[in-house]
Amino acid sequence: MAIGERVGEVVEASTSRFVAQCHELYRAPPLGALVRSGSDGEAVYGVVAEVATRSLDPGRRAMAMGHSAESVEAVYERHPQLNRLMSTELEVMVVAHRSGGRMERFLAPSPPRIHDIVYVCGGAELLEVSETLEFLPSLLGSPVGSPDDVTAAFLRRVAAEHPDPERLRLEAGRELAAHLTGQLHRLTGILRRVASG
Amino acid sequence: MASGEWSAENSSRLGMVVAGSLTEGVQVKLDPDSSVESVKVGAFVTLQGERMRFFGVVTDVSLGSTDPMLSASPPDVSDPYVAKVVSGTAAYGALTVEPMLTISGDDPALLLDGPQPAKTVPAHFAETATATERDIELVFGSEGDGHFWIGSPLDMDTRLCLDVPELVMRSNGVFGKSGTGKTFLTRLLLAGILQSRAAVNLVFDMENEYGWRGYGEGGSEVKGLKQLFHSQVAVFSLDEESSKRRGLTPDYVVRIGYGEVQADDIQLLRETLDLSDVAADAAYSLERHFGEGKWLAEFLAVRGREGIFELADATGVNGNALLRLQNRLRRLERLGFMDDTGHDSVKQILRYLDRGMHVVLEFGRYGRNLAAYILVANLLTRRIYDRYVERKESASEDKSAEPRPLVITIEEAHKFLTPGVASQTIFGTIAREMRKYNVTLLVVDQRPSGIDDEVMSQLGTKITCLLDSERDIDAVLTGTSGSRKLRSVLARLESKQQALVFGHAVPMPVVIRTREYGSPESYQSLGWKDAEAMRAQLEQDVEDLFG
Repeated sequence: MAIGERVGEVVEASTSRFVAQCHELYRAPPLGALVRSGSDGEAVYGVVAEVATRSLDPGRRAMAMGHSAESVEAVYERHPQLNRLMSTELEVMVVAHRSGGRMERFLAPSPPRIHDIVYVCGGAELLEVSETLEFLPSLLGSPVGSPDDVTAAFLRRVAAEHPDPERLRLEAGRELAAHLTGQLHRLTGILRRVASG
Repeated sequence: MASGEWSAENSSRLGMVVAGSLTEGVQVKLDPDSSVESVKVGAFVTLQGERMRFFGVVTDVSLGSTDPMLSASPPDVSDPYVAKVVSGTAAYGALTVEPMLTISGDDPALLLDGPQPAKTVPAHFAETATATERDIELVFGSEGDGHFWIGSPLDMDTRLCLDVPELVMRSNGVFGKSGTGKTFLTRLLLAGILQSRAAVNLVFDMENEYGWRGYGEGGSEVKGLKQLFHSQVAVFSLDEESSKRRGLTPDYVVRIGYGEVQADDIQLLRETLDLSDVAADAAYSLERHFGEGKWLAEFLAVRGREGIFELADATGVNGNALLRLQNRLRRLERLGFMDDTGHDSVKQILRYLDRGMHVVLEFGRYGRNLAAYILVANLLTRRIYDRYVERKESASEDKSAEPRPLVITIEEAHKFLTPGVASQTIFGTIAREMRKYNVTLLVVDQRPSGIDDEVMSQLGTKITCLLDSERDIDAVLTGTSGSRKLRSVLARLESKQQALVFGHAVPMPVVIRTREYGSPESYQSLGWKDAEAMRAQLEQDVEDLFG
């Protein structure tokens, strides 16, 4: 997805996390991506912690339909209604917010509004948010999805944009180590996932 | 913490204080970027507390981890990135630092008297860094002004100095097993005392190492004191031939008369001459019988078994003991420097010392004869000491008439200062009295455990090269505070050119790499001038005098 692209809109929100429904089925930013809801001056930033595609009607699960189809695309072509019956949703852990133009790397005083547009962030905005990594504990403690994978994926994305990825990885690794005292194997597991990016 | 305040040059941050106590030392957690392998035990560090700056020494280096399971189930660190992050964070290096001194802060005594012993510890998170040259100078003083450059701290080229006036105030010891550089250290100390003019030296030079020239490792020749400080040093010799063979004409040839030997001297020779207690004590009876000053010559003149037994009857001593005593004392007759006449060797030595000259007494071939060494050193020292006592007492009114402070250097000191005899010998007396009569000792020994505990505890400054016997290490550290930590430092000294210095002449115990001695540069740094420089100096002097 392109940086700055509209992903979808907020359909469920609390101060620590929000759920966004994508405007287009399967068109979601990847795990660990930074997203923003709100405008530049007042915004809430979060990291994609879970991406899920499911039936819009919680009582009706999708059924297998591809018995005679040659490919998955063929199934969607033959059943265009599927795009309307299902949706792709993101669960986002809030890590920072901007208030009065100032970046703060902790929870915003109030959650985003329902139907706020959600955008994909990258480049300078990603580097600005990750300038210091004091929000890593909230990612590591996320009740959603697999926090270790989310943290590693987020750090991989930051490193890819960073002018000195080596240093970023080392500093982030040390920050993680400080928060994961007594959990050496968890730490090395995350580090290995960060390094493989 | 105002970390900006201490931008001292060459200082590099190591980590921060995280725990500790004054008695056990503080724990410093190393920063992830500081390698545990780059910090050595004995290294100097500074700790910047909230209000005070401390100077400390690393007494232990350890590995810690934030995960108690690390040792049981170590992580896979085959990925260099993982290894780099984990080492220094989850698995880290730690130092135990003993805060020794406070070197700056709001204590007024710091301004008046310089560094003070640390009576507290730096607060949590105090920044810890390697000490800079300026810190070392602040603590140990800079060369000149009574401070003599003795060596450098490990891993630093800074000149570390001894406070010589403080040194000569008490008796001192140089220890170390053989081949660790005791002689080189002693030679340096003598040069330091000489340069500072704080005292005059009298050296009982057993191996002829100090006067004219000595030998380094591998037989290379090094200059003795006479070559370096020509006009300030007199070499006396007991063995003129040996001195001449070594290219030196001694300033005075020492001879000892039989009449100068006292029964006390025989006590000291008991072990060396393998005398029983009865035989050694018989010397007192003989002294009473024949009279002081005559007893030895007359006793040796008694011939035959019958003669001895007659004498035994007359003195009430066991005949066989007397026979054995005479048999052993006949060895003294073989010493070429002993004869029947009286001599004024003591007067000569004192004459030189009074002029501020330093006297080295070479033993020549007699250095290999321990009995000769003990006898002569004891005999001369006793008489010189007596003269010092007289003069000191008569000068009680007039300070300027006091004799010059004297430092007497003896080697194989345990032979003079064994627990059994230390209380009886003149050396024991001097060591215990400090400088009451302006005489102190510099004892050089490889077996300090053989020296009386009381004497060891009276030594002001101890300079110790490697010792590997537990008993010797114990003996050296007797009565020293923090001896447990010093013990680990002492046992890890390298066998060459390293020494632990502690006591009054240094503000804190310190491991040094001994100053180099033996190259032309080292001689020049001690003030020696080669022929050309001498000529230039002479011409300059003439020019200054006559225009």
